[in-house]
Amino acid sequence: MHRKSLTQNQKIFSMFITSEFTTARNLFPYTDIHKWLSYGHDGKHPGCDEYYFGRREFSFTLENDVYLRYKSFKSVSSLEHAIKSCFPYKIDIGAVYSVDPDKRHAYSQTGTNVFTPVERELVFDIDITDYDDVRYCCSGADVCSKCWPLMTVAIKVIHTSLKEDFGFKHILWVFSGRRGVHCWVCDPKARRMTNEQRSAVAEYFRVYKGNENNARKVALMGYSLHPFLARSYVDFLKGFFEGELQANQSIFSTKDKYDKILEMISDEDIQSELREKWEKSANRSSLSEEAISLVRWDQLKNTLQSKKHKAPTLRMCVEEIVFTFAYPRIDLEVSKQMNHLLKAPFCVHPKTGPSRRVCVPIDPNNCDEFDPLAVPTLSQLIEEINSGGSKMDVDDDDDDDDTDTSILGKSIKFFRSSFLEPLLKSCKEEIESLYKTKIGKSKDSFSW
Amino acid sequence: MEVIRSQKRTPSNDTVSNPKIPLYLTAPQMEVRLEEFELFAIDRLRVLKGVSDGLARGRNPKEMDDLVDTLWKEHMRDPDASVMLNKDIISHFVLRLVYCRSDELKKWFLSMETALFRHRFRLQNFEAQRAIVGEFGLPYKAVTGAELEGLKERLGQVVRSLGQISPTVEAVYYKVPFEEVPDLVASRRVLIQKGFAFVAGSQLVSLVVTQFRSHISKALILTNRKWTTTIREREKDRLTPIVEALSTSYLGPDYSQSTEYAEISLKDIDQVAKSSFPLCMRHLFEKVREDHHLKHGGRMQLGLFLKGVGLKLDDALAFWRAEFTKKVGSERFDKEYAYSIRHNYGKEGKRTDYTPYACQKIILSAPGAGDHHGCPYRHFSEDNLRAALGRMGLSSRGMEGVMDQVRNKHYQLACTMTFEAVYGTSCDAGINHPNQYFEESQKILKSKTPPAPV
Repeated sequence: MHRKSLTQNQKIFSMFITSEFTTARNLFPYTDIHKWLSYGHDGKHPGCDEYYFGRREFSFTLENDVYLRYKSFKSVSSLEHAIKSCFPYKIDIGAVYSVDPDKRHAYSQTGTNVFTPVERELVFDIDITDYDDVRYCCSGADVCSKCWPLMTVAIKVIHTSLKEDFGFKHILWVFSGRRGVHCWVCDPKARRMTNEQRSAVAEYFRVYKGNENNARKVALMGYSLHPFLARSYVDFLKGFFEGELQANQSIFSTKDKYDKILEMISDEDIQSELREKWEKSANRSSLSEEAISLVRWDQLKNTLQSKKHKAPTLRMCVEEIVFTFAYPRIDLEVSKQMNHLLKAPFCVHPKTGPSRRVCVPIDPNNCDEFDPLAVPTLSQLIEEINSGGSKMDVDDDDDDDDTDTSILGKSIKFFRSSFLEPLLKSCKEEIESLYKTKIGKSKDSFSW
Repeated sequence: MEVIRSQKRTPSNDTVSNPKIPLYLTAPQMEVRLEEFELFAIDRLRVLKGVSDGLARGRNPKEMDDLVDTLWKEHMRDPDASVMLNKDIISHFVLRLVYCRSDELKKWFLSMETALFRHRFRLQNFEAQRAIVGEFGLPYKAVTGAELEGLKERLGQVVRSLGQISPTVEAVYYKVPFEEVPDLVASRRVLIQKGFAFVAGSQLVSLVVTQFRSHISKALILTNRKWTTTIREREKDRLTPIVEALSTSYLGPDYSQSTEYAEISLKDIDQVAKSSFPLCMRHLFEKVREDHHLKHGGRMQLGLFLKGVGLKLDDALAFWRAEFTKKVGSERFDKEYAYSIRHNYGKEGKRTDYTPYACQKIILSAPGAGDHHGCPYRHFSEDNLRAALGRMGLSSRGMEGVMDQVRNKHYQLACTMTFEAVYGTSCDAGINHPNQYFEESQKILKSKTPPAPV
């Protein structure tokens, strides 16, 4: 696609219409993305597969919602060229296939050359709209400092498990631009997982089974929590629920709010007992909403503690309530299939106008510090460029530039130092060792 | 495997290292008589049908172990152990030919063979099980000593989380890459640490079943390729007709004998129709009550369903009579309709005890003007179907999923989704028979009845 050259006014206008600005002026880190997705196959080692990057699917969403799938590129420059020609406002990354996606029709669907995904990062998508039934400050696409902590605790729970339980090492967390987070697990083992295995991991993480038919959406059976859930509860969820969540959401302060929680208790008598108590105290208290909420939580815990032997479903009712509110709710469908596409990091979120935010990485070891409302916006970036503030071309390979004070510079640096470099080091080691094994094997074999 | 017509049977050359359950890894190198080709397959099919029946009726794992033991002894046993083993292997490979030929057949065969394998495995002693695991060449190693000590507490937690009040950690655990046991991971039945799952000896089943399933699945694809490219044509006068006749279209339980769950009496029937009938039968039932009549197709579909559900002949006669006489009068009822009801119950004519229709048959039927039988997911207009689903209590969100399946012509999946939405539970087996829907529904409703207050 070849665009006619635009007038200055047209250019400014189109900058604000789409996110092309970031991509057109190399605020989009093409080289880093290319390095990442090449996983060390940069052609510099004889063991490299120089066609690896070319087998990765990208998808572009253009103006008027024209959607182009199965795009693939042999090199970073052809990727860059395509983006600057099409001006997609959304770029998704798909799987690495057995053959170049854009040449898939040249291959028949039978025999050994079938078009099928062969590698794909293990990905997770957590969206705060899935928590609408437990947050009272916002709903829908809005997010604020009172409900964002739900995402923070989700990151902590999932990240810890990915590392400690599954042994993954190369995990990238990215702000999805508006109201959620994405997780990319990039270990070779993760990229080669089958759909069944991905599904298993997603189900391992699944606790909340939301359904209009049940009031009790979290059902923890058995006599204790599985070690993963127990660790999540003790290390993250309990503290978050009794601290930040209560403070921000005051989940017991009004009848509407506490009725919802009482319905999770599967014993009518306990429900009535608490309901009566709270109705009586409703108008008489001079305490703040927060304080009332905490008092009621204590009362609920004490009542359940003393009565939990009444029925198996009451055994872990307290934990169930905490899990219902605080435990991560991942979108299972995103994780289960290799061919599922996910938005590329460092894009600008396609909706919401000039205050569109860049999809920057989040440091999982410091996620408490992350503020979604402080993420660079498109208009901030434009202003920075216009004021001549940033001389740095973020796409510049030169890592030694410590004088970069551009808005995005910090994010790019973080991406490189804590994710990309360790990843590439490990990939290259793997390529080298696989190559050595192959050479060793062929040296030993005498058949020809 | 070479199929021959001669009476003589050559001894098997199949070198089997004495696992009690063959893994069917390679096609046996032996000669088989043509008659055995078919007979062995039929016997194995009886076993698989029995397994299918057991699963559809929701038998728990222990009951399935017993069922498989019984079925195997009944159909596959032979006093000579090596003959028995040959029959096992041959029958499996013949059925592969039969069931590789379509996706639906493959799916059924894979499920049943995997279930069969699973329960035969569970019936083996520990040594035999370990031997079989070894046959698969799985990368597992036993966890002992200090490493096991360090994990004991958390292993105990896992045991307790699965409903066992005392955390008795087993003597042997195997350290396996978590990728090898996806179903144990998914249901959080194992401790996972640094990418390894700690599988109890008793959970070994899961490990091998996954391997087995994967192997058979791949094998079926290869077999299909060979069948379509060479075998079918080459054998068109000999094996192909046998193979094609061996797969019957419906293979689940036939519900001609009602089970303990399914005895309904006339006074309960309206209530039960509302709570437990699948949409097709609900619709027919409502129409009978409304119009006091049903045409032949509807009478057959509903009537046989009611029989499968446990309605006795006398009650059935009373039911149809009560409705029909409102329109056609008592004399005409006795003359024209009573006979065929009795016929359905095997009390007239050639006295065949007719079996209730499976979904497959219902979907393929062709209701015309004035008919109400068939499958609503297929035969209703979108508007009518939405209205009917709404009356069943589906939310608009639940409905979208169902309508999606309908659009893609997956009528049974649509019905399964409806079931799942109505009862708030998942139905992994999928609905393929109205009576199955009914039985599953009754099971759920009965289990939800609260226990008497203390």
